[in-house]
Amino acid sequence: MADTKANPGQSKQGLLLDIRNLRIEATVYPPGEAPKNIVLVHDVSLTLEKGKVLGLIGESGAGKSTIGLSSMGYGRGGVRITGGEVILNGRDILKTGKDGFRKLRGREVCYVAQSAAAAFNPAHKLMDQVVEATLLHGTATRAEAEKRAVALFKKLSLPNPETIGERFPHQVSGGQLQRVMTAMALCSEPDLIVFDEPTTALDVTTQIDVLAAIKDAIRDTHVAALYITHDLAVVAQVSDEIMVLRHGRLVEWGGTRQIIKEPRQEYTNALVSVHEIEHAEQKPGTAPFLSVKNVTAAYGRSHIKVLKNVSVDIYPGQTLAVVGESGSGKSTLARAITGLLPPEEGTVTFDGRPLANRLADRPKEDLRQLQMIYQMADVAMNPRQTVGTIIGRPLEFYFGIRGRERDKRVAELLDKIEMGKGFVDRYPAELSGGQKQRVCIARSLAAKPKLIICDEVTSALDPLVAHGILKLLLDLQKEENVAYLFITHDLATVKSIADSIAVMYRGEVVRYGPKSTVLTPPFDAYTDLLLSSVPEMEIGWLEKAIKGRRMASAGN
Amino acid sequence: MSSPILKLIAQRIALGIVLLLAVSVLIFAGTQILPGDVAQAILGQSATPESLANLREQLGLNAPAYVRYFHWLGGVLVGDLGTAMSSGQDIATSIKGRLWNTLFLAFWAAIVAVPLAIILGLIAVRYRNGWVDKLISGLALASTSFPEFFIGYVLVYFFAVKWQIFPGISTVYDGMPFGERMQAIALPATALTLVVLAHMMRMTRAAILNVMQSAYVETAELKGLSAFNVIRKHAFPNAIAPIINVVMLNLAYLIVGVVVVEVIFVYPGMGQYLVDHVTKRDVPVVQAVGLIFAAVYITLNIIADIAAIIANPRLRHPK
Repeated sequence: MADTKANPGQSKQGLLLDIRNLRIEATVYPPGEAPKNIVLVHDVSLTLEKGKVLGLIGESGAGKSTIGLSSMGYGRGGVRITGGEVILNGRDILKTGKDGFRKLRGREVCYVAQSAAAAFNPAHKLMDQVVEATLLHGTATRAEAEKRAVALFKKLSLPNPETIGERFPHQVSGGQLQRVMTAMALCSEPDLIVFDEPTTALDVTTQIDVLAAIKDAIRDTHVAALYITHDLAVVAQVSDEIMVLRHGRLVEWGGTRQIIKEPRQEYTNALVSVHEIEHAEQKPGTAPFLSVKNVTAAYGRSHIKVLKNVSVDIYPGQTLAVVGESGSGKSTLARAITGLLPPEEGTVTFDGRPLANRLADRPKEDLRQLQMIYQMADVAMNPRQTVGTIIGRPLEFYFGIRGRERDKRVAELLDKIEMGKGFVDRYPAELSGGQKQRVCIARSLAAKPKLIICDEVTSALDPLVAHGILKLLLDLQKEENVAYLFITHDLATVKSIADSIAVMYRGEVVRYGPKSTVLTPPFDAYTDLLLSSVPEMEIGWLEKAIKGRRMASAGN
Repeated sequence: MSSPILKLIAQRIALGIVLLLAVSVLIFAGTQILPGDVAQAILGQSATPESLANLREQLGLNAPAYVRYFHWLGGVLVGDLGTAMSSGQDIATSIKGRLWNTLFLAFWAAIVAVPLAIILGLIAVRYRNGWVDKLISGLALASTSFPEFFIGYVLVYFFAVKWQIFPGISTVYDGMPFGERMQAIALPATALTLVVLAHMMRMTRAAILNVMQSAYVETAELKGLSAFNVIRKHAFPNAIAPIINVVMLNLAYLIVGVVVVEVIFVYPGMGQYLVDHVTKRDVPVVQAVGLIFAAVYITLNIIADIAAIIANPRLRHPK
């Protein structure tokens, strides 16, 4: 699908979408200041021909979604289109007013959201929602629309295409919902579909199937698409052209091959080569300080065991990475170790003695030794406390350090996480995503623990920011000799940070050992699937990967 | 209907029965703790100690409290609410007509108030933060903020005294023609509607606005649905549980909380009956009415819970 056209979007033949000097603004209300106007998109222009796919890529805040939604005349929240033209099928839609927008939404342009699980109405059957736009715009009768929908379900290889429409959203898995949403967008036979991070919320093993389904559907229906994502490797599989955006401005626009192989801008180059951190594996020491032995756990009185006979060891100053897809029991393992979910069987030993199963039975000293950092840094902090209070709290709670001594330690910790003293009086809302996660790291370090459990700590961050956090964690490990239990679904992260790896699948550890051993063939079927599902920045990778798979992914 | 739903509903009903029993204990204990002696109240200050002792014996007041409680409860379970001390009449018989009157008034107030509140709530969401929204909220809040006796007297002043459209005293009797009966309750029903309207309307608005933040509302907007259809088809069905809850609370208020309105309009309902007998210190009547009010309250709340359970597609259609 990809081509290396030198002048993208220059041909006027079959032009579908022509955005000229688009300017989008919003009013923000910073705490304690007067409301002010900010410009989200600065005079961006793009063109898209019929049946072509343009990838919009950039970090959060780059304006990708905002530009995508402007093709439907839609602004999220208080976002306003304040300048430029959006010419769709030969007319400027910005001049058509509210009724004009309503007529084109769901008919000429359709939208596929990041989280289909949230984007489907839980109160209605899938079929009613899939055909809703078609019926609303009167392009087909109900019977025709349903027939079309079933055909699309088949094309997107959904199970039971005849009857899946009778189900409610909560009865269908996330990967399937994402495909149903694609069918919903295709059902009214639009000219353009805006895909807004359609695979980002999915497991890596599921993403590959959905990606292949979307790609086939685009090819067979000849619909044009704006494909929005932050993952260059993903967009390289489906796009004809790629546009790189940053801070609402165009950075680079070119054919897919040119962008990923010969980036002309420094920023594009940074995006292309972001992933690798060199981390030499440390050999396991003589004795682990924390051992999980034959732990089995379940939620409530359920018979379904979320952890089955799990055993892992953690060595001082080293990192154990736990990988697996959602529902594999990674986070439950962390909950069992911290005592939040007392195991039904098995023990957790710490420094040669067993830890109490229940959190409430553990002495303060044990609590201090095990700290946690979470995926969502912003909800893990009290929004009404300053950074100084947040970091200072463990110092007071565990060591009774107060007053000037405490302030000194807080300043040292801020220094360690590469943030200056000026942040002491800031509130979490005034920090960026990466800064928030750094504050959480400082808070856990303040307790001087032996082990920090990191639960998907970089998953919500942009690649470049995540890169910085991983580097920081590795530096801190060297200085403080702290061990990490690093839970993630991202294999690139694992390669960068782990000393040993445990691969989890449906509550069991299926592969466990030093990083070099785990990542060296021969692989078991699941590890092979996991490794082969990680998108590579290679045109044609998707087809090769699908062909080479030995087992189908479970939760698609 | 599937088994998890039936199980939940059975649990709710069982819980309601336990709660009602607990309330009956509280009501009984409460009337025992109250100062004053029934025999003294009946015979007056000048009664001799002998006649007081005789009456106490006669009324069974000398038996231990728990015996009297179970005796009373046993009677209630077979529909015998006891005899009113002040008049000597059977309580169950006197209550029957009055309960019917109260339910009649509450029913017609609800028929007007509930749909009106929900429609006003929907309109307020559609034009949220605009002048329509502010006008609706303002008027509704104003009508709630006035005490109900004030609203009652204002209504009487205009509709009964000045314009003479409706009667100021809501007399009803057995065999009264339906039309006349409706005319008689027009003013108290209006007063009740004005009192409960704002609470339901504000809750409808808040519940729907909460849902309006959801991604699926954006999906609906991006399908090209009109603003009102987005609210009606996609937001409202997901906001139904909190709305039902507040509606049921207000229905309970219409039955249990009408005391003041009934007194103002001299309407022969439960509220007036209760007030009359409280002043006469007629303990069996107060107990009976209290228990009926508690039963109404608990029943309506169980209905609200069950409706919320049924409205949840995750429970209605398990995986």
